[in-house]
Amino acid sequence: MNTLADFVFVSTMLFAIGIYGLIVKRSALRLVFAVEIMINAANLNFVAFNQFLWNNAIGQTFVLFSVALAAGEAAVILAIVVVAYRLHKDTDVSELKTLKG
Amino acid sequence: MADLTFIAMAVVTLGGAIVALEADEIVYGAVALAGSFLGVAALFFLLNAPYVAVFQITVYIGAVAVLILFTVMLVRQESWAREASPRSLTRLGGILTGLVIASALGLAVIGSNLSQFDSLLNVTGVLQIGQLISTNFSFVLEVLALVLAASIVSALFLAKVEKEEEKR
Repeated sequence: MNTLADFVFVSTMLFAIGIYGLIVKRSALRLVFAVEIMINAANLNFVAFNQFLWNNAIGQTFVLFSVALAAGEAAVILAIVVVAYRLHKDTDVSELKTLKG
Repeated sequence: MADLTFIAMAVVTLGGAIVALEADEIVYGAVALAGSFLGVAALFFLLNAPYVAVFQITVYIGAVAVLILFTVMLVRQESWAREASPRSLTRLGGILTGLVIASALGLAVIGSNLSQFDSLLNVTGVLQIGQLISTNFSFVLEVLALVLAASIVSALFLAKVEKEEEKR
């Protein structure tokens, strides 16, 4: 039988993988991947705690909002990536220094 | 002890996430990311939350993964193969930070009493989610609709090709 600790453990591993990607990767698209992975880890935690500890649907509802918000955020970030590529012919974030003060 | 379906889906989720970040060709990475989303959706099914799982499949695999694939194809360049590989010191730092976070949170989970909860308490379904969305959280839903509209308009505005830029 699956316990709550199993789900939280998977969520922890997913979050650690996302942190690793944020630190190591330099391509803007890989950073988007890492952020989406971390959002998924958070959503998994929400639903797991809700399903094991309470007999209501508030956690699930919150995850629905969170998923929709993540989709909108991904749309804006990908548009920024396309613009950056059009201006610099590159998606390496260490090369994008136009906004640097 | 976790059952076989859970272990298989956890392996799909974590393996998909690792391949998404480490695949040489970024298109394969995007497909592996979709696989990871599918694994999370299967975990939602195992958690007895089918509506969230279906929503996850619709939005993440149906919209976000396809959006990422289109962006990858738009910014495709010959230099993907020689995508600047990170310095070994940065890589070591990333792996160490990930391991520290994973082990700290993992030890906290092992030390806690979370493994006592082994039965799903929740028997609510789609009906209660719908009631919550349309009563308690109706204002949140409207704000979210505005945010989504604003993000779509801003994404279109950002990606719009200017006239003079077209001529170049």
